[in-house]
Amino acid sequence: MRLELGKIKITDVQPGEVTKVENGTLFVNKQELIDLAMKDDRIKGVKVEFARPGESVRIAPVKDVIEPRVKVSGTGAMFPGMINKVKTVGSGRTHALVGANVITCGKIVGFQEGIIDMSGPTAKYTPFSETFNVCIVIEPVDNLETHDYEQAARLAGLKIGALVGEAGRNVEPDEVVVYETKPIAEQTAQYPNLPKVGYIHMLQSQGLLHDTFYYGVDAKQMVPTFMYPTEIMDGAITSGNCVAPCDKVTTFHHLNNPVIEDLYKRHGKDLNFIGVILTNENVFLADKERSSDMVGKFVEFLGLDGVIITEEGYGNPDTDLMMNCKKSTEAGAKVVLITDEFPGRDGKSQSLADAVPEADTLVSCGNGNVIVEFPPMDKVIGTLDYVETMIGGYEGSLRKDGSIEAEIQIIIASTIANGYNTLSAKMY
Amino acid sequence: MSKLRVVHYINNFFAGVGGEEKADIPPQARDGVVGPGLALSKALGEEAEIVGTIICGDSYFGENTKSAKEEMLKLIEMYNPDIFVAGPAFNAGRYGFACGEMATFIEEELQIPVVSAMYKENPGVDMFKRDMHIIETEISAADMRNAVPKMAKLVLKLAKGEEVGSPAEEGYHERGIRVNYFHEKRGSERGVGLLVKKMNGEECVTEYPMPVFDRVDPLPAVADITKVKVAIVTSGGIVPQGNPDRIESSSATKYGIYDISGMNDLSADDFMTVHGGYDRAFVTENPNLVVPLDVMREMEQEGVIGELANYFVTTTGTGTSVGNAKGFGEHFARKLVEDGVGAVILTST
Repeated sequence: MRLELGKIKITDVQPGEVTKVENGTLFVNKQELIDLAMKDDRIKGVKVEFARPGESVRIAPVKDVIEPRVKVSGTGAMFPGMINKVKTVGSGRTHALVGANVITCGKIVGFQEGIIDMSGPTAKYTPFSETFNVCIVIEPVDNLETHDYEQAARLAGLKIGALVGEAGRNVEPDEVVVYETKPIAEQTAQYPNLPKVGYIHMLQSQGLLHDTFYYGVDAKQMVPTFMYPTEIMDGAITSGNCVAPCDKVTTFHHLNNPVIEDLYKRHGKDLNFIGVILTNENVFLADKERSSDMVGKFVEFLGLDGVIITEEGYGNPDTDLMMNCKKSTEAGAKVVLITDEFPGRDGKSQSLADAVPEADTLVSCGNGNVIVEFPPMDKVIGTLDYVETMIGGYEGSLRKDGSIEAEIQIIIASTIANGYNTLSAKMY
Repeated sequence: MSKLRVVHYINNFFAGVGGEEKADIPPQARDGVVGPGLALSKALGEEAEIVGTIICGDSYFGENTKSAKEEMLKLIEMYNPDIFVAGPAFNAGRYGFACGEMATFIEEELQIPVVSAMYKENPGVDMFKRDMHIIETEISAADMRNAVPKMAKLVLKLAKGEEVGSPAEEGYHERGIRVNYFHEKRGSERGVGLLVKKMNGEECVTEYPMPVFDRVDPLPAVADITKVKVAIVTSGGIVPQGNPDRIESSSATKYGIYDISGMNDLSADDFMTVHGGYDRAFVTENPNLVVPLDVMREMEQEGVIGELANYFVTTTGTGTSVGNAKGFGEHFARKLVEDGVGAVILTST
């Protein structure tokens, strides 16, 4: 499977009569976005606001972040099984508006939506302080049931992401990157002397607002499967979860999975990237056993010499991470884990909830319990009403002047456990 | 700016009072520097001054730890210090224990920065390194000239609120504290790099060695549950409406004990959940899903269990550190035992 990804660099966002890209500026017809979202009768009102790098703007509570993309050629369309028909994606050509994002926010769904600061000392913890953001502030109809609200907000984000992505269809990209993984026999034959490497991608599937979708299938209802790496770049996987903000794998992060990106960078040089094993993080032990057994079986069947495993969330899924590590090792692969840490506010407790001796090579994406200070911002997109009950917040977190004291886990994707950021932790 | 006031703690030997035969001397204070205080004073330079030295025999401290600490606190307070330095103790075990006890006690009582120094095998290192900075020294006092400048530099940084560097940079024993920093490469790139090395059989250093957990062996099964008082303990965040003890939605620092006497079930009018790790929708409607009072009452009435404790214990499990969780458990388990509880049902979410 071969995908050409055309990257259109976006350097500003402005309101416009027509949604289009011109000389790196994304113009957005706000009304068009509002009308699209309002087609869902569960949504009472929508506001569209822009947030640019360096502005004194705080966005909260953020639900999802979607990079606008469009399929220019090849089968299927963006986010298959969610807002388009189920059809295998990942080949042909796709254009991405790199540097622009659609962000859904508004009244909280659960506890687990986070904050993005566009400037100030906490901006450095989230990649979205550096992008030009089209924020969709959603107001649900009165007394809308929580799960319906979550779904309405999620679909609105994906639809608007795809709509804005259309603006890039006929724009000449600044850069075209080609990604290709062949069927296993051919792929093995292409680089016969390089070690065969796979990526074990654990999808958040604890349920109860912790969900991820693969071609529209709720990940907790699937068994582990194999995926070509390029499928993810066309939206085969979408975020449906409200997991702790710091390690939320937003839809943006699925589209731009850093492990896939970095494995491709060394593909054909130091390793032979065979593909992605998708698995889940269900809460029942039987599910954990079944899924990790199947992961181990895939590792053996594909003859992988090495795997990287990432998780989404912390605590309960640490057990899945460790079971996958153990069984992949037993199946003959060298294993590297990527995850984040929660050793308590004093940094002195165990960082993980589970451990196996095989987990001897781990990359840390930082300590999510560190308390930081958020100065007041001139403008809030969304609302700060829920800060004290959001993950990372606590009684007294929000002060009258709009400043906040909270753990960095309240910041969207601050310690994301797939290695997207440079944040790490070391022993003092 | 006036100089920072330093109080220095040393033992009988370093004070020149005498060796083992003088290890039983009680606490005493002397103005200014004594013994190794001279080197410390030089290392502190112009910014700080040793205003007093507290001396105590190691045996005396070991045998009268509690009272010795209190006695010395009074002596130390008279000097109104900004900084407390203990040792170096090198490989002297009793002295290391005294330095660690005194330093952590003074830090807690007076809220001032403290530092000590010890050899890695001094038992004081393992006892106190998590709670304070202990400069790493060689085995004997021959290393004094190396150790003292590091102590001075570190304690001045602490006193001025400056950022303290890593153990390697500052020379202190690794404390086991996870501290954030920005790496030059992102995590995924580091991960791929480590994997390539690992597959090639090269050395690759993990960024986080696996932790050790304090596993508790379960007790034997309850012989006759029909005679036993049972309590409900939950990490599901169920609290009375309004969350009177302000238990956090995540990373809990406290737990609550709430009365259920006379209730046949948990009413949604009276109870709620503050837990931030799961979808609360169903539990908000019916708190018995997490604290199953309704079913437990039935079992109590049917005689399936001996009796139900008239309260439940609750906290939020999500993100709560192992250290806090262990502390809660050790604390409320005493109450459960005192109240004659013979079995506990733990519900998690």
